[in-house]
Amino acid sequence: MNDVRRAAPKDGAANSPEPRCGEQASPLSPGKGMGDRQMHAVPPLLHRRRLFLWGALALLMIALPLVFNKGFALSLLCQISIMVIFALSYNMLLGQTGLLSFGHAVYFGTGAFATMHTLNLLGKTATLPVSMLPLVGGLAGLLGGVLFGYVSTKRAGTTFAMISLGIGELVASASLMFPAVFGGEGGVSGNRVIGKAAFGITFGPQIEMYYLIAAWTFVCMLAMYALTQTPLGRMANAVRDNPERAQFVGYDPRWVRYIMMILAGFFAGIAGGLSALNYEMVTAETLGAWTSGVVLMMAFVGGIGFFYGPIIGAMLISMLAIAVAGVTKAWLFYFGLFFLTMVLYAPGGIASLLAMHKRLWNAGQLTKVMPAYALVALPLLITFCGVIGLVEIAYHHAEGVDEPLQIFGADIDVMSAATWLMALLVLAVGLILLKLTWPRVSEAWRRVLAGIDGKEAA
Amino acid sequence: MNVPALQLTEVRKSFGQTVIINGVNLSVPQGERHAIIGPNGAGKSTLFHLASARFPVTSGGIFLKGESVTSLKPHQINRRGLSRSFQVTNIFTNLTVFENVRCSVLWALDYRYSFWQRLAALRDANQQARRVIAEIGLAHRSDTVAGILSYAEQRALEIGITIAGGADVILLDEPTAGMSKSETGDAVALIRRVTEGKTLIMVEHDMSVVFDLADRISVLVYGEIIATGTPAEIRANRTVQEAYLGTTFAEEHHD
Repeated sequence: MNDVRRAAPKDGAANSPEPRCGEQASPLSPGKGMGDRQMHAVPPLLHRRRLFLWGALALLMIALPLVFNKGFALSLLCQISIMVIFALSYNMLLGQTGLLSFGHAVYFGTGAFATMHTLNLLGKTATLPVSMLPLVGGLAGLLGGVLFGYVSTKRAGTTFAMISLGIGELVASASLMFPAVFGGEGGVSGNRVIGKAAFGITFGPQIEMYYLIAAWTFVCMLAMYALTQTPLGRMANAVRDNPERAQFVGYDPRWVRYIMMILAGFFAGIAGGLSALNYEMVTAETLGAWTSGVVLMMAFVGGIGFFYGPIIGAMLISMLAIAVAGVTKAWLFYFGLFFLTMVLYAPGGIASLLAMHKRLWNAGQLTKVMPAYALVALPLLITFCGVIGLVEIAYHHAEGVDEPLQIFGADIDVMSAATWLMALLVLAVGLILLKLTWPRVSEAWRRVLAGIDGKEAA
Repeated sequence: MNVPALQLTEVRKSFGQTVIINGVNLSVPQGERHAIIGPNGAGKSTLFHLASARFPVTSGGIFLKGESVTSLKPHQINRRGLSRSFQVTNIFTNLTVFENVRCSVLWALDYRYSFWQRLAALRDANQQARRVIAEIGLAHRSDTVAGILSYAEQRALEIGITIAGGADVILLDEPTAGMSKSETGDAVALIRRVTEGKTLIMVEHDMSVVFDLADRISVLVYGEIIATGTPAEIRANRTVQEAYLGTTFAEEHHD
């Protein structure tokens, strides 16, 4: 697996060069004439391919509720959209600037509370349209970034991580100390249907709320992507890679981190504002460690080396949370296990796995690894079953529930040693088979990549 | 006489009880190529770290084009026109060669912390980056991630990053360290080309490079400069021969 990972392209969307520039950047001889001529063509704002991608995304976001129009599916869509903004804003820190934050929920929560209070202040005489309220959240998040960024961005690495954790705890505990502002245990609630309806839109029905969220999400995604293509965005990558060198080309790494943190706070605040409007309720949990942990997980599982990684992560984790939590009480345990597996075996996240396979696909070699995949499919399935069996038995046993555990309709006695042994056996068989078959996958990858490299070199 | 490009007056640096730089005075006029030589552990790299503000001085003054830069931060000194390379390659490993060099021209071209301009539309920055990349001979590697370049290529990129911003005082810390003979020859030609009309101060172990490039040489031994002069003067200097270069030096270079 190691070889596979090393061969994966290192430059994610977050730090990949402008392809146009790359194409133009290879005059073999020095001299001004050539450069001048080539430089008159400034690449368009959006290349055709990129324009197509963003257009398709917009259409998809418009069309999704036509299919998923049930109450449950629609509210899931809303939640995912909000989390997409939040996770992308988190990756402005982790993926792009190299800042591991354990307290990003502070800005999300600040935005949510600010929006909720503004909503309640406006009351019936709305002077600000509800659709613009997330901007209030954004500004609150931005202010949070200005305040907390100042104390935490002097250093990256462990220092930054510890300070972010401290600030997170500080704000979370403060939120319980000031019930007037944070609503104590019960939180703060409000009603988003205020003011006069413009064009008959009140944002009362969930579908209207969805389109408001979708519009904000699209704009924020575009803005955050554009940011990666600016001097600040690129210098954030440079500071992430080598803060010392950045200093010796004239940049103060601290300012780069600070501005990135302020901007990340802004977008996190918008996400928080949208969540306040969406749920019409904000609790202190919004700015706590749990929210900070979830957003870290989304970004990481999705892939922090790619701009679109956190989008995948936000979708996947949001859906998993609901799907798995609906089935088993052990869902948090599975979440931890899943996260652990990703960190250990696919640290580049889903996006990097996709990128690896896309490379094979482009070279027309994807079919060459399929036999090896087919070979490990069964061992993977057995391992999976073994893990689930063991976890479910253990949970059921710990809970001491009277009715027997049902798996596939069969009653299972969690008190008998045979059951435990059976589950352990399945897990062991799965792991052994996996150990035996996995080298075939590594081998297949090695061969295919060697082939591609050889062709590229030729 | 113009103000010196770089001047050190009574510069001292100690780490705890250990004195590394002990009262160095050095004045490098504008446009000169100046080499600092000396045995291992003489404090050559430390002197560079002091001049570029990577380390603060314990006492003494550093003047860049007549202005005191003694208490400035590295990025502030860089903005005033002093740029340096590193002995151990110090590049942006996950960025491409093109991005590496472009990052090095952004501040000099006044783009600062801009997040309202598109990199792709910055003609001057892109043009300058491309020119520098062609100059250091890496045009064919523009889109390669810097971390996977060969050693010699990384050294060339290191020089590219150093000169890209257009600084007029260039400090190169052992630019040819670890290179083969032919690579060294290329590197010397490159250094000569890119520092044309600028002030160059370099630390170098390879004596043929030093005597080939330098207008003047300073010899640093145990944290003190024991001699400064033209290559011929340094060759003939008895103190230098005794303290550092010894007989091998005299034999090798009296050709």
